[in-house]
Amino acid sequence: MNIVVLVKQVPDTWAERKLNESDKTLDRASVDVVMNEIDEYAVEEALRIKEAQGGEVTILTMGPERAVETIRKALSMGADKAVHLTDEALKGSDAVQTSYALAKVLETLEYDLVIAGSEATDSRMAIMGALLSERLGQPQLTGARKVTAEAGSVTIERQTDDGYAVVQASTPAIISVVEKINEPRYPSFKGIMAAKSKPLTTLSVADAGLDAGQVGLAAAPSQVVEFSNKPPRQAGQVVKDEGDGGTKIAEFLASQKFV
Amino acid sequence: MAEVLVLVDHVDGAPKKVSYELLTLARTLGEPSAVVLGKGASAAAEKVAAYGAQKVYVCEAEELDSFLVAPKAAVLAQLVTEKSPLAVLVPANAEGKEVAARVAVKTGGGLLTDAVGITSDLTAEQPIFGGSVVVKSKVQTGVPVIAVRANSTAPSEAPGAGTVEQVTPTFSDADKAAKVADRVVEAKGGRPDLGEASIVVSGGRGVGSPENFAIIEALADSLGAAVGASRAATDAGWYPHQNQVGQTGRTVSPQLYIAAGISGAIQHRAGMQTSKTIVAINKDPEAPIFELADFGLVGDLNTVVPALTEEITKRKG
Ligand SMILES: Cc1cc2nc3c(=O)[nH]c(=O)nc-3n(C[C@H](O)[C@H](O)[C@H](O)COP(=O)(O)OP(=O)(O)OC[C@H]3O[C@@H](n4cnc5c(N)ncnc54)[C@H](O)[C@@H]3O)c2cc1C
Repeated sequence: MNIVVLVKQVPDTWAERKLNESDKTLDRASVDVVMNEIDEYAVEEALRIKEAQGGEVTILTMGPERAVETIRKALSMGADKAVHLTDEALKGSDAVQTSYALAKVLETLEYDLVIAGSEATDSRMAIMGALLSERLGQPQLTGARKVTAEAGSVTIERQTDDGYAVVQASTPAIISVVEKINEPRYPSFKGIMAAKSKPLTTLSVADAGLDAGQVGLAAAPSQVVEFSNKPPRQAGQVVKDEGDGGTKIAEFLASQKFV
Repeated sequence: MAEVLVLVDHVDGAPKKVSYELLTLARTLGEPSAVVLGKGASAAAEKVAAYGAQKVYVCEAEELDSFLVAPKAAVLAQLVTEKSPLAVLVPANAEGKEVAARVAVKTGGGLLTDAVGITSDLTAEQPIFGGSVVVKSKVQTGVPVIAVRANSTAPSEAPGAGTVEQVTPTFSDADKAAKVADRVVEAKGGRPDLGEASIVVSGGRGVGSPENFAIIEALADSLGAAVGASRAATDAGWYPHQNQVGQTGRTVSPQLYIAAGISGAIQHRAGMQTSKTIVAINKDPEAPIFELADFGLVGDLNTVVPALTEEITKRKG
């Protein structure tokens, strides 16, 4: 079973995240960056399927040059090789454009499954699986908390608001996973050493055969017109429980008309 | 006035609150048309008309429920092509955003998600980075497809004609590729959905055990609230993952959010920071959750929460 895992580099959620004043895109340069946390679960799931059934795991990342650090991490967890789509012209692409670019690269790769994290901590749109499924005409199996892959077919448990749905499709299929699915491994020392010599293909917009008019900020179908940094919420009153804590909160709720 | 399509979220024809909010919002932009898809759709017609739907596009094709997401997007995209609406509004829940994504690709329209407001020139306001930055965005190409968060608009009634129009869909093979074999309900019934509840009561590591979540549930029930949990509580298996609030859980924006035994880590805040009123109960006076609480109580939740439940029950009497 050959699997492509989509991995994104994002600003660390512990860091203060900002937009650039000039072009209103995410400031990726001045912050600490990490692998999008849910993508670690996607890599782990791919490795488990590979370990059980054989095949190859390929990491696919679109992002600036430094995203190579994140790719190395995925390789050190145990993925076999990686493709890095990187080009100044891609900067500022929105989700719809990104799906165009990723779909173009996926068309050149051989896979049974594409596995992504269900959402990224920076954009939080949670739609890349649906976008790629639409573009590639391959089944959408998103929000999976369990994946069972067999030759030619795959079944997931899709987490829903009140439980789950069992969804089945034939391969190739586009999967996204939620945090609940597994416990990602830490890269071993051996894994880290091995990652250094694993094949990494770097593609530009031209290499990937992308239409440059379809990517990047200027062509984005949606654009930020302005933004403002919100003043942090002001703390209200804090009182100590003197045995009447419940009543005090109830009084506050009553004053706000909640009871 | 130009038509605004609103995708109605419903269960067997009973629209969820967010659908009424979206219709109310759509009235400020143009003439709302409700799009109701799947089992029981026709039953929703009268209900959505009460919130201003002039037209109600109904499709009950079996494929809409037996295959995941794609058939709904196919019907909605078909309507976009036929009606050339001013905009399409969908609820910003997991499925709504996925439908929106597919419609945007099919129709070439720009896509905005997680809007909390839309102005008459179709500029959407979106909180990002857990609410620390607010951006205003606009779609540059095609018919804008905008996913709007629950609790962004107060729903208000305003009768519309509610003229029903049946839609005859055409599905491709690709639309029928992901088969829904079963749907399993795990959550205990009776409580409102976390994503659209007006009040949410959440418990964290401070709750101490799965059994003790009963006091959080009792408080929630006294207020008619949904129950949430921090990741520390869901990771420990004390409460279902579906109920996790935060960065990698659900984003909620209720009128009232009560956090008990939750420290207020940045990743938790990311999912609840835009709540209108926040109340925190924590035994540590230094807990960061107090920095954003409108009312904070320093105390032991094991005594405070049951006392509060009792007091509320008494007052509601
Ligand atoms: C990438 C990433 C994503 C994450 N996503 C999420 C997410 O979606 N949601 C989320 O919640 N977290 C998320 N986290 C985890 C987050 O960083 C915190 O670890 C988590 O929110 C802590 O949960 P907590 O507040 O319940 O526990 P703690 O931080 O341990 O806080 C427990 C609190 O309970 C108080 N307490 C203890 N006993 C009592 C008592 N008897 N009475 C009153 N108070 C008491 C303590 O004083 C303390 O403040 C994420 C982390 C990362 C790195």
